Amino acid sequence: MTPKDRIEELLRPLQDTDEAAAELARRFSERAAREGDAEVAWATVDSPVGRTSIASTSAGIVAVGLPNRDLDDFVRELSEAISPRVVEAPARLDVARRELSEYFEGERQGFDLELDWRLVPGGFYRKVLDETARLPFGAVVTYGEIARKAGNARAHRAAGTALGANPLPIVVPCHRIVRAGGDPGNYGGGPKLKRWLLELEGALST
Amino acid sequence: MMTAASPATTTHPPFSAFLSEHRAAVLGFLRSMVGPVDADDCFQETFMAALRAYETLDGKNPRAWVLTIARNKAVDHHRAARRRAVSKGDELPEVPVSDPPAPDGEVWQRVEGLPQRQREAVALRFGADLAYREIGAAMETTAEAARRNVYEGLKKLRNQMKEER
Repeated sequence: MTPKDRIEELLRPLQDTDEAAAELARRFSERAAREGDAEVAWATVDSPVGRTSIASTSAGIVAVGLPNRDLDDFVRELSEAISPRVVEAPARLDVARRELSEYFEGERQGFDLELDWRLVPGGFYRKVLDETARLPFGAVVTYGEIARKAGNARAHRAAGTALGANPLPIVVPCHRIVRAGGDPGNYGGGPKLKRWLLELEGALST
Repeated sequence: MMTAASPATTTHPPFSAFLSEHRAAVLGFLRSMVGPVDADDCFQETFMAALRAYETLDGKNPRAWVLTIARNKAVDHHRAARRRAVSKGDELPEVPVSDPPAPDGEVWQRVEGLPQRQREAVALRFGADLAYREIGAAMETTAEAARRNVYEGLKKLRNQMKEER
């Protein structure tokens, strides 16, 4: 071996840089979320129906991504809609992650979480989601009924649009709104997941 | 699905993606500059500064940008260590500026003895595993100057090691 080869061999980066960097990055992210330097924290939760993602700001839970949602898209959209100062910080989201897990396991019927509504447009959209948030575990109502509760009985289509754009599914239980004929209807997370959730809540007689 | 309350002002990737992409290069570089123990603190300081200034990143060369921050943190670290050494005065004339070497870190200790520009260039080339063009960007100089600094640094190291044989 020539001296040149030897020295370049010795100058290889120190061992385990990748793993150590990942651990340092985790520590950094939790601190940035805790101390408020990061504006958005996100994490994932494993559930019987797949990986769910969740995000919060200093005001509360701001978004939930159902399993059919691509994680990179979920994070990128948060970044574009709120701030690019987004970090992955599971410890910061500990309570929300635990509550979601308990819900999916059938051990919890409601959520005790602060919500940040900033991704919901105001007006009728917000009214529809406010009314939806009041629906108890196991209850179902039709699109027409939720439109009426939100103040415009004839706006069942607009109610459907508002529910389709719900950034906080599960926590704001838009799966509890069904078609008049008894069919569960559409769902952002897919009709199969809607059926699964309604069965979990005992709201679907099959 | 998500509608912004106010329009997004930047096209920056999420900071979490930026962190994943550059964390290993930053740590490799810092370990080469200040040793494995102090590198951890410098890493935290580097990314905290990067997060706070993230919206000022123009998006052209994020790796060079974050390594420039890391370079400054390493320089601050060396200055602080030297100040500590000086203030302790005569009792401790030979306080090392960096941590004890890692098992395979002997040659890296020699790197720390190189002149500033050469040390940075060698750390960026081998610690952060960058190409000369990227080293030039991180050191705010040309690829050619970066190559020359690496070359001179390696020559010095090689001579030192030859003399000791």
